[in-house]
Amino acid sequence: MARNTARPLSPHLQIYKWGPHMAVSILNRVMGVGLATVGVAAITWWLVSAASGEAAYDAFLKCAHSWMGIVVGVGLTFAWLLHFFAGIRHVFLDAGAGFELNANRTWSWATLFGAVIVTGAIWLFIAGKGL
Amino acid sequence: MGSGTGLGRVRGLGSSHSGSHHWWLQRVTAMGNVVLTVWLAVSLLRLPSLDHASVISWLASPWAAVPMVLFVLNAFWHFRLGLQVVLEDYVQGGMRIVAMGLLHAWTFGAGAVALFSILKIAFAGTN
Repeated sequence: MARNTARPLSPHLQIYKWGPHMAVSILNRVMGVGLATVGVAAITWWLVSAASGEAAYDAFLKCAHSWMGIVVGVGLTFAWLLHFFAGIRHVFLDAGAGFELNANRTWSWATLFGAVIVTGAIWLFIAGKGL
Repeated sequence: MGSGTGLGRVRGLGSSHSGSHHWWLQRVTAMGNVVLTVWLAVSLLRLPSLDHASVISWLASPWAAVPMVLFVLNAFWHFRLGLQVVLEDYVQGGMRIVAMGLLHAWTFGAGAVALFSILKIAFAGTN
């Protein structure tokens, strides 16, 4: 559709002051895309290497235990948890609850902090157990 | 909504001939993922080790293989619905058709590999 460039566009997202709810919203989408690409590739490789025998699986483990593999692992853990908590937040928003300014801010921060804290707890557990 | 037949207005589907089905399925699969991803994470963290023998003997049990199959079906369905929305937001015109084709290939290709791998381990047993 041709647009008359002499006419102004109505303002988009840039007119809003940034808040935690906006950060959670876009992070939820980005983390979802990350899980659907990197996460799916990782879990599929893990399964097919396990089914292909010990040599193939050890190649996967070697990669997973490299510093790059650990960075990807921590990233995927965080992505899963952020998407998880943001998804639970969304169920309440879908039901029409939690849109009041304070409640929205509180639960947005809770989503972010919850994902960070549980990611840290899981990887401390992994490091402690030596998995 | 003012035009059309009475039945059409009751269905509320409009010219797209579909309504909230995609949105609703995304919520249903999200609920499934709440259960299945926690099950997977807890199961893996409880294993004595993540070496080949431990993972194979765990996944050979139907109590692990069946939920794992459910996890792959549910999670892959969920990501297929979600990536579709992202592509519809950012990719226009003919490129969108190409992107949707690639999304189908990625979902069903990776899904088939993942499911086959689980079943191979489950049916072959721990040997």
